Amino acid sequence: MTIVEMRLYIANNAPNSVRAIANLEAICKEHLKDNFKLEIIDVLEYPLRALADGILVTPSLAKMSPSPAAKIVGNLSDKRSVLHALGIPEPVE
Amino acid sequence: MNATKSAAHQLLPKIATGIPGFDELSHGGLPRYRTSLLKGGPGSGKTVFALQSLVNAARRRQEPGIFVAFEESTRQIVANAASFDWGLPALAGSKLFFLDAKLSPDVVKSGEFDLSGMLAMLKAKKEEIGAKWIVFDGIDVLLTLLQNPIAEMREIYRIRDWLADNEMNAAIITAKMDGAGSEIVNYGFMQFMVDCVIRFERRLEHGVALHRIQITKYRGSDFVAGEYPVSFGPAGMEVDAPEPAEIKQVASGERISAGFERLDKMLGGGLFRGSSTLITGVPGTSKTTLAGKFVEAACGRGERTLFVSFDESADRIARNLSSVGIQLKACVKSGLLRMYSARTETIGAEDHLVKLKALIREHRPRCMVIDPISAIAKAGGIAAARAVANRFIYLAKDEKITVMVTAINEGDEPETEATDLQISTIADTWIHLSYLIRSGERNRALTIIKSRGTWHSNQVRELVLSDAGPMLADVYTAGGEVLMGTLRWEKESEEKAKTLQRRTEFDHKRHELQAAEADTRARIKVLQQDLERQRLELEKYSSDNEARIVSSIDREQELRRIRSADPAGRAATRIAAPLAKLRASGRSGNSGRKNKKDAQVAP
Repeated sequence: MTIVEMRLYIANNAPNSVRAIANLEAICKEHLKDNFKLEIIDVLEYPLRALADGILVTPSLAKMSPSPAAKIVGNLSDKRSVLHALGIPEPVE
Repeated sequence: MNATKSAAHQLLPKIATGIPGFDELSHGGLPRYRTSLLKGGPGSGKTVFALQSLVNAARRRQEPGIFVAFEESTRQIVANAASFDWGLPALAGSKLFFLDAKLSPDVVKSGEFDLSGMLAMLKAKKEEIGAKWIVFDGIDVLLTLLQNPIAEMREIYRIRDWLADNEMNAAIITAKMDGAGSEIVNYGFMQFMVDCVIRFERRLEHGVALHRIQITKYRGSDFVAGEYPVSFGPAGMEVDAPEPAEIKQVASGERISAGFERLDKMLGGGLFRGSSTLITGVPGTSKTTLAGKFVEAACGRGERTLFVSFDESADRIARNLSSVGIQLKACVKSGLLRMYSARTETIGAEDHLVKLKALIREHRPRCMVIDPISAIAKAGGIAAARAVANRFIYLAKDEKITVMVTAINEGDEPETEATDLQISTIADTWIHLSYLIRSGERNRALTIIKSRGTWHSNQVRELVLSDAGPMLADVYTAGGEVLMGTLRWEKESEEKAKTLQRRTEFDHKRHELQAAEADTRARIKVLQQDLERQRLELEKYSSDNEARIVSSIDREQELRRIRSADPAGRAATRIAAPLAKLRASGRSGNSGRKNKKDAQVAP
């Protein structure tokens, strides 16, 4: 199974960011098991790097691989769109 | 500046935008250290204003700035600004930082997001380059993405807090807000949050785009209220702010030629330097010719002159004028005269003003002609044209340029101009040309309707054009009517003949009188000679007579002696003689004989 590489840009402990971390962890646990690589970058700590990476709002989730690359903004509360953007097939229920 | 204005300045420090006209409108620029909101529909000029302020700060005060572009991409913005002479690409790499903040359409949205990360990044960038200005352009685009009024308000607060924490010389937010109807309540709230709100408008009038600017709020400061026209030129945006209330122009007493001597005489010596002259008349009445003569005279004095034509090409004009003896080609060659022709249908009046200002800056003329100025009303409507015409006249006065403008009247009466561009009220001198048709001839008449600050002839003169140039001829009034053309010539001949006759008569009479005088003088001479002669005669006679009397007495004595009369004494003899005669006649012959001895002895 392919490893999904992701980067999550957060703004320290802003409410949306905290929620995003929680939501993402839940999704990964449920759908990706261990097949993911996640880097969490605090924009407040590394702002120029985030700028260089083309991040605008927080929280932002960038899927690095496998292609196609994707960007998701928001606290990731809408699981369906997250899965869709990440290319994770939804389990049939 | 009066006391209250400077007091307001101390209360609220301002920073100039460098946008011509706006800093005047706002009495100093944007509120320093505060946020200003620019609102208006698409294409209304908000982005240009924000960008121009940023560019000016970077170029003139070496203050770096950040431009956050929510609506357009950076590439688009830099490309759009290529028509201005800002050198933006160079600045974009050094003093100005552009952030592409337009969320790509294929970005997925999942749940709420906020601007805390962005603001953190901006803070870092600001510290990196030392930015003093920041622009958030098209923030409504971002806020709309939130799709949540509460979230929007929250983010606006966040921005406000950030701005308060990060001291910038000025912060500008632009938002597309169309009008009272479609405004979302948050944007209304945003207006309360900022210290200055400027409204931009773009509308179509007679097929031409007109731009307007209006300061609707400026906390803690006075400003010029009202809507003002905006134009775009190579230097960027320009606001047509009104003149300050205090008129600073110093009136000049120097006079320059209006074109030719006779006209100068009619104006009491010529035109005042820095004054404005309006020439009105129906088409064909030689307004351009008069303007051409004015220009020729100016070049003759070695003064830089600008001829702006809205009717014909420069070549055509030069050709037409040379047929009446006005040579402009030489003036152009020498570099003193710059001729510029423009088409008027395509651009609005304000854009013409921008072009005129640029021409004046480039050529620095002392004298200027606009022929015809009524052409600026062709596109964009009469109200705008009127304002521009006024603005231009005041501008020329400020620059001490003597200006002559021509205007085409619809009717032959000068009064119709007053309903068109209304320059006649502000111009210093107003010359009107009209046609007089009589006895099968069409002649041109020139009248000076007004000339401020000087005596001027109130008579109508006939304007005659020949290949030696224009000239003014006296008109004759016969039976209360004005005579021109052939009738004038006839009358002139008649007058000449009369004058000649009078002169001849005068000469004749003079000769007569002179002759009479000479005659009398001659007579006097003759009489004088007579008088002299008679005097001489009298003298001679008198002396003769005396001599005779003396000699007669001597003779008498001699006779006595001879006759030995008694020496009765000569005196006695004189007296006694008649007595003796009487005695002698009374006695008989004795008295005559006296003793000889007695006669001898008597003394």
